[in-house]
Amino acid sequence: MTNSSNASYVRTEMLGEKPAPVGQTGIIRWFRENLFSSIPNAIMSLVALWMIYLVLSHVLPWIFQSSWNANSLKECRAAIKEAYGEGTHGACWAVIRERFLQLIYGFYPSELYWRPNLAFIGMLVALAPILFNKLPRKMLGFTALYPFLAFWLLWGGSVWLPFMIITGFVLGYVAFTMLPHYIGTLGATIAAFLVPVLFWLLLAGPFASGMQSIADVGLEPVESAKFGGFMLSILIGITGIVMSLPIGILLALGRQSDLLIVKAICVGFIEFIRGVPLITLLFVASTLLNYFMPPGTTFDIILRVIIMVTLFASAYMAEVIRGGLAALPKGQYEGADSLGLDFWQSTRLIIMPQALKISIPSIVSTFIGLFKDTVLVSIIGLLDPIGLSTNIRADAAWNGIIWELYGFIALVFFIFCFSMSRYSMYLERKLQTSH
Amino acid sequence: MKKSAFLGTAVAATLVAGASFAGTLEDVKAKGHVQCGVSTGLVGFAAADANGNWDGFDVSVCRALAAAVLGDPQAVKFTPTTGKTRFTALASGEVDVLARNTTWTFSRDVDLKFTFIGVNYYDGQGFMVPKALGVSSAKDLDGATVCIQTGTTTELNLADFFRTNNISYEPVPIETNAEAQAQYLAGACDVYTTDASGLAATRATFESPAEHTVLPEIISKEPLGPLVRHGDDQWADIVRWTLNALIAAEELGVTSANVKDSAMSAGKNPEVNRLLGTEGNLGEMLGLSADWAKNAIAAGGNYGEIFERNIGEKTAIGISRGLNAQWTNGGLLYTPPFR
Repeated sequence: MTNSSNASYVRTEMLGEKPAPVGQTGIIRWFRENLFSSIPNAIMSLVALWMIYLVLSHVLPWIFQSSWNANSLKECRAAIKEAYGEGTHGACWAVIRERFLQLIYGFYPSELYWRPNLAFIGMLVALAPILFNKLPRKMLGFTALYPFLAFWLLWGGSVWLPFMIITGFVLGYVAFTMLPHYIGTLGATIAAFLVPVLFWLLLAGPFASGMQSIADVGLEPVESAKFGGFMLSILIGITGIVMSLPIGILLALGRQSDLLIVKAICVGFIEFIRGVPLITLLFVASTLLNYFMPPGTTFDIILRVIIMVTLFASAYMAEVIRGGLAALPKGQYEGADSLGLDFWQSTRLIIMPQALKISIPSIVSTFIGLFKDTVLVSIIGLLDPIGLSTNIRADAAWNGIIWELYGFIALVFFIFCFSMSRYSMYLERKLQTSH
Repeated sequence: MKKSAFLGTAVAATLVAGASFAGTLEDVKAKGHVQCGVSTGLVGFAAADANGNWDGFDVSVCRALAAAVLGDPQAVKFTPTTGKTRFTALASGEVDVLARNTTWTFSRDVDLKFTFIGVNYYDGQGFMVPKALGVSSAKDLDGATVCIQTGTTTELNLADFFRTNNISYEPVPIETNAEAQAQYLAGACDVYTTDASGLAATRATFESPAEHTVLPEIISKEPLGPLVRHGDDQWADIVRWTLNALIAAEELGVTSANVKDSAMSAGKNPEVNRLLGTEGNLGEMLGLSADWAKNAIAAGGNYGEIFERNIGEKTAIGISRGLNAQWTNGGLLYTPPFR
């Protein structure tokens, strides 16, 4: 009784921590909470698992019990039968192996593959400073030059043609910056438009041929008929994407303009183009334009298609951006005005950054849609991946192959579209300003 | 690409817009190649291999034409056309000749203003059914589901056939041959109908072709042939007689193997001599060199050789000559005389 500390019913040391009950930790808890939290949930989970099993048990053997080395569908089937037994249905990936380069480059001459490769790497370099603002701003100079470089690399020909086009732009810029002093802003703007056009129409041709005779610098020309495969999809898709954003911004601003004619033109353009299916525009590009132009005129089919795709995407882009503009509170416009900024300054510094940020998910959706829409060109006889798959099936050795080609094409498209989608999520997180 | 290309081409287009539009033969000679419209891909008739070289039954006509006009079977560029773009491509001058298994019909010839220069393949619409169905005649197909490509003459022929025989069917509309193959094999339809050559090619790709049979009925006439624009009769003559030269060569026993020897000096058969240019001046009348037909035959052989190599019985497609035999063998190939 005197020394209570010796009493055996009082603990002197802490108990060690025990692990949580098995049902409350790790994978079992996760299963219990997420898959089997109630009886209906448990039933649905089991059904879903069974469905997944059902699909995979058919698809996986097909994908993996396959043949990579055969040279025709018949050989494929024989090889699969020999390796995996009678009655096995396996994929014939050999067609992808044999036609891989064709699916990527179309009929582009194989000894010149370095040119589209270089153009593709250049594209990544040119896009990098636009996509990631931590990179040095000087890289934008390369971005501005890149379209001409890519055009020259892909189509080849004399270096002086793209050079003349750049010169035209430079002349226009010079006119725009130097002339206001003499003929006023409006005059300079008109001059900035007229000078390059006049230069291209009148001087560029003779000048280019003159330079060509002095310094014959050029690449072996490759005609558009040789373009195909994913190269064609990326070419049309990226050009459409890159061009449609600025045009779309201008159209969206024009639609909100107080200037009657500008507004009417923008609304008319947007509503007309949006009201017409893309495939119709492609048919116009491939067939109707030929009737309008003088006989003997050759206007490159890929160029025609790119223009139509760009116009189509611009109209959608304009509406997406208008949605962003509409979401901005009026106070932002009034705040910009109260700072004494003029229209272009307030648009560039205050309105557009916010409107574009709001529109990012829709813009990227439009881009992804546009990129996938490029396969429609197979309807007008261009050999994009889908068009090529028809052509490959027309080879007697591969006739009858369907899922392998479509599966491969789908996989590549998924990689591109998924990357775009992930980038847009990164951009949204980066631009997140509300805390 | 991008703005540069647009402007560059706009400039180029403006510059060449003033060029005059001469006859097709002069144009072809000036640009150094024949622009030939072909299918985007049809087994045996037109397909590009892994290196991008085109080959096939229709393609051979183009190569023979290039050899006849320019002396080089490789001097031909191919424009893949779909069923929807083929006629505008020809009408607008994008291609010089269309060799894309196109059926010669009244309205295409007269209303669309094309000149069909002959028939290089006599086709007809047939039916393929699984043997398990136990059908031996198309007239037993009452109530069948039929896979059919939309927007083609086959659709109309099918309706006509079932109506005249007073039996019913249920169409399963599909867009491409590949889709039809998949649907038919999956059992989505009892019958697949398209041109008999297409049926043979499709059946050849099945894992077990023996389980499927092509019914004996051919319900339509599909004379397939190359065509050119109205209004340039000289060019039409060149294409027509190039095809005729290939057919005549088979009839006269001129092959790619012996054409060089036969063309060296005049032989015993005066028609062979006229064909190969060792006698008379047929080439000159066409505006071509005297050895035009020799070049055309040397390009890919005579009609029979082209047939056997691309779609004949020894190939995977395995089509017998049938209607496409020489008239001397009970077929329909009958070329007017070379004199």
